[in-house]
Amino acid sequence: MSEKVKEPLFSKKNKKLVTDPLSENNPVTVQVLGICSALAITVSIEQAVVMSASVLFVVALGNVVVSLMRNLIPDRIRIIVQLVAAASLVIIVDQILKAFVPDVAAKLSVFVGLIITNCILMGRYEAFAMGNKPWPSFLDGIGNSLGYGWLLIVVSIFRELFGTGKLLGKEIFGNAIDQTGLYGMGYMNNNLIILAPFALFCVAIVIWVQRSINKNLIEH
Amino acid sequence: MELVNIALKGIFVENMIFAYFLGICSYLAVSKTVKTATGLGAAVIFVLGVTVPVNWLLENYVLKEGALSWLGPDFAETDLSFLAFIMFIAVVAAIVQLVEMLVEKFAPALYGALGIFLPLIAVNCSILGGALFMQERQYSTIAEATVFAVSSGIGWFIAIVAIAAIREKIKYSHIPAPLKGLGITFIITGLMGIAFMSFSGISL
Repeated sequence: MSEKVKEPLFSKKNKKLVTDPLSENNPVTVQVLGICSALAITVSIEQAVVMSASVLFVVALGNVVVSLMRNLIPDRIRIIVQLVAAASLVIIVDQILKAFVPDVAAKLSVFVGLIITNCILMGRYEAFAMGNKPWPSFLDGIGNSLGYGWLLIVVSIFRELFGTGKLLGKEIFGNAIDQTGLYGMGYMNNNLIILAPFALFCVAIVIWVQRSINKNLIEH
Repeated sequence: MELVNIALKGIFVENMIFAYFLGICSYLAVSKTVKTATGLGAAVIFVLGVTVPVNWLLENYVLKEGALSWLGPDFAETDLSFLAFIMFIAVVAAIVQLVEMLVEKFAPALYGALGIFLPLIAVNCSILGGALFMQERQYSTIAEATVFAVSSGIGWFIAIVAIAAIREKIKYSHIPAPLKGLGITFIITGLMGIAFMSFSGISL
């Protein structure tokens, strides 16, 4: 194996695999994948970060595993094989979360398990890892889960700040009970923001902004 | 009475889509026309109604701590619950495949209506979500689990048919171009979610 023939690890093509899903081809706002969890767990930044990290782990490693087995998997049962690969990785994540951050794991409840049916996973396994080598698949997994992660974190910052007046548990606007800071001047938290429907409005606003900037993405 | 309560909760109060956003990927992708939405909704009711009771049996006779005690006193303390995810998803995938073959063989007309949607359903979050909620809420009898499953399915059906009907009408409205399609569907779903919140707290 000579160095000249080998493609450099971070060639232009490979870099594109990571950067593309961040905006142009974002899994949530453009491909419409993985919405379920994106909406349900964006109440606090902590949950969003833990969820993004879990998805990053499962998508990147799962992509490598599926890509390594791509020539062995019979076509007819590929969905089940992919599901089993995903489920095994999710069990690992679930056990790690329960051991090290039990309080966050309890808040995420069924949504850790639901990473298995997160469409980003199946979408990437099916569309990319089944037809590509392990290294590009790994980068593709990283790119897509980062694209998913930034959206989650943006939405959760907004919801936590205006819903509870806190960021990562720190009081930004003052204390609501003692009436200090902004609360002393009559500011109140908007409780609607931490309820489920508002997550949908947040994502819709992100989509609106993104499509106003990038006109190619507008649907007709 | 307990069963009626579970059914009401499943359909309205804890609606799969408006309260938990489960299965919202296919909800967004397949809600362009009422006809396909009805097909997918019916398939979801059907598959939920079959898989959740099976997973309930699995949970209570195999996975739960002490569930294996029917094998003898040696197994009384075995706890296999960490295997729940992989078992549930395997059951869902297998049953979906099985149901697809059975329906194709014995009810070709139904297969024509549901056919293309059945494989999609294996990866619909609401199916696995149904199984996981069943595990978390610990329904005590199989009847309760079945009623929960079917009513969640009906809730999902109502949601997707409603959004499909609205989307068919809204196609002719003037909305800001960047919001067309996906954006406006999100906003409508949010509004419907707020409407469904008015059911919260109702119990018999």
